[in-house]
Amino acid sequence: MKKTITMESNKLSRVDYIFRPETNRLDLLKRVMSKDKDDFLLELIDSGLKGRGGAGFLTGLKWKLAKEAAGDKKYVICNADEGEPGTFKDREILDRVAGKVLTGMALCGYIVGADEGYIYLRAEYRFLSPKLNKMMAGINEELKSIGLNFKLGIRYGSGAYVCGEETALIESMEGKRGEPRNKPPFPVTEGYLGKPTVVNNVETFVNTVIIAEIGYHEYKKLGTDSSRGMKLFSISGDCSKEGIFELELGMSLADFVDEFGDGDTKAVQVGGASGFCVPRKKFKETIIGFEGIPTGGSMKIFNSSRSMYNVLHNYLDFFQEESCGQCTPCRVGCQQLYKGIMAVKRRERPATYLDELVKLAETMRFASKCGLGQSVGNAFVSIVENFREEIVY
Amino acid sequence: MSNTENFVKELADKYGRSRESLMPILQEIVDVQNYVNDEAMVNVARELDLSAAEVYGTASFYSFIETREMGEYIIRVCKTIVCDMKGKEAVLRAIEDTLKVKIGETTPDKKFTLLTTNCLGWCHKGPAMLINNEVFTELTPGKVVDIIESYMHK
Repeated sequence: MKKTITMESNKLSRVDYIFRPETNRLDLLKRVMSKDKDDFLLELIDSGLKGRGGAGFLTGLKWKLAKEAAGDKKYVICNADEGEPGTFKDREILDRVAGKVLTGMALCGYIVGADEGYIYLRAEYRFLSPKLNKMMAGINEELKSIGLNFKLGIRYGSGAYVCGEETALIESMEGKRGEPRNKPPFPVTEGYLGKPTVVNNVETFVNTVIIAEIGYHEYKKLGTDSSRGMKLFSISGDCSKEGIFELELGMSLADFVDEFGDGDTKAVQVGGASGFCVPRKKFKETIIGFEGIPTGGSMKIFNSSRSMYNVLHNYLDFFQEESCGQCTPCRVGCQQLYKGIMAVKRRERPATYLDELVKLAETMRFASKCGLGQSVGNAFVSIVENFREEIVY
Repeated sequence: MSNTENFVKELADKYGRSRESLMPILQEIVDVQNYVNDEAMVNVARELDLSAAEVYGTASFYSFIETREMGEYIIRVCKTIVCDMKGKEAVLRAIEDTLKVKIGETTPDKKFTLLTTNCLGWCHKGPAMLINNEVFTELTPGKVVDIIESYMHK
């Protein structure tokens, strides 16, 4: 099961849980249903599983809050609005082991007391919908047969990165512009249609099924103290091998680059456009996980032939298009950062103007309403600080 | 009743008339006629008892719900970083040369509209594009011309 590739300093563990074929769904659900709900919640919390979408909230705690929230109607939503540049693992999960995702949703529905669950699928993945719809119809019947009152359905996005933010996703499902809400209240108490709602990432639901299957003791053996379990990594760019790889959390970036780089790696963008750019000199000290740089799984590798100006320009173009425009720091900030680096490049502004832009990016970090605006500074500051000469000249 | 009126009414019967039915209704209009025109939006507003501005506000927020006329086949080429690194520029030029349109334009026969889009989630197989809901990956200028030509004969 566990194949350890030993490196000089550390280790990189390839594991295989996510894409393993599903065991008997109904047996698993019946086993959970025969136990006390709170016992299962304690196990889930104890497993240390944190959300796999990137933000990293404790999944067990989220479910517990939703279970305890007052309300006769509750919802489970699977966030399949995978839009972070460089991430494609949720598509692969839904293509290969969608049954596990749906089982995880049913499990969640049972625990928190919800009777409806929806996959919010991004428009770009519409090609998956015939298969998903067929599978859902079958599973809905199966759930009925074991007396589990939970119905699965599907809703579609229509091309908006910000809808990966859970409250924007809920707004979108309610037929509105995908503009994030103020938090609190959090969706666990007031979510879809004002009802308690659990929103989890595709991979998170699969993890809950794995925990129910192998037990939290086994699960806890994977990863490190602050980053339990395995993670799917979407690896692309200048690589020796690209694609989706399931690895234990807690590896060093140096080991990662040894395994996946092309031998000439200059920088790795960890966590997509909203993540951090790590230059070669920091590979050894950088840990991939919640104790270092957390990631939704996007790992983009750049070799020395790449201009980091082009990379930053591409990201800022992305953000200024995808900002929902609702709050000023993000709407104006994204545009000014985008225009700003172009002005420096064209010599219309001095190189020191970059310092002003860094201040703006820092302001966006705490003045923006949601994660989109708050995280633009991650890529901006880490690229400008480490590759300043490439931005200027 | 006009065709649009009938069509929108059928959709409202199918998906319901509450606010959360709005996205599925708009999405099916796009599936059928490639974009949502003013007449359709006004009718949706009437059926769902919303202001037309609310309907337009929602529709115009989403990049896959177009409110201006589109071709029968909407080509969306991914322009995000990894596809860019892998040669999306050359792929775009090849499509532009084949269709004789620039990004954002529709061919005179209203068959194709060429757009760029943000990350499609195929970075490891870039460059990638969508034609309506169909995915094409590992594109080259030669390959993309073949694909477009096969659609010309559809």
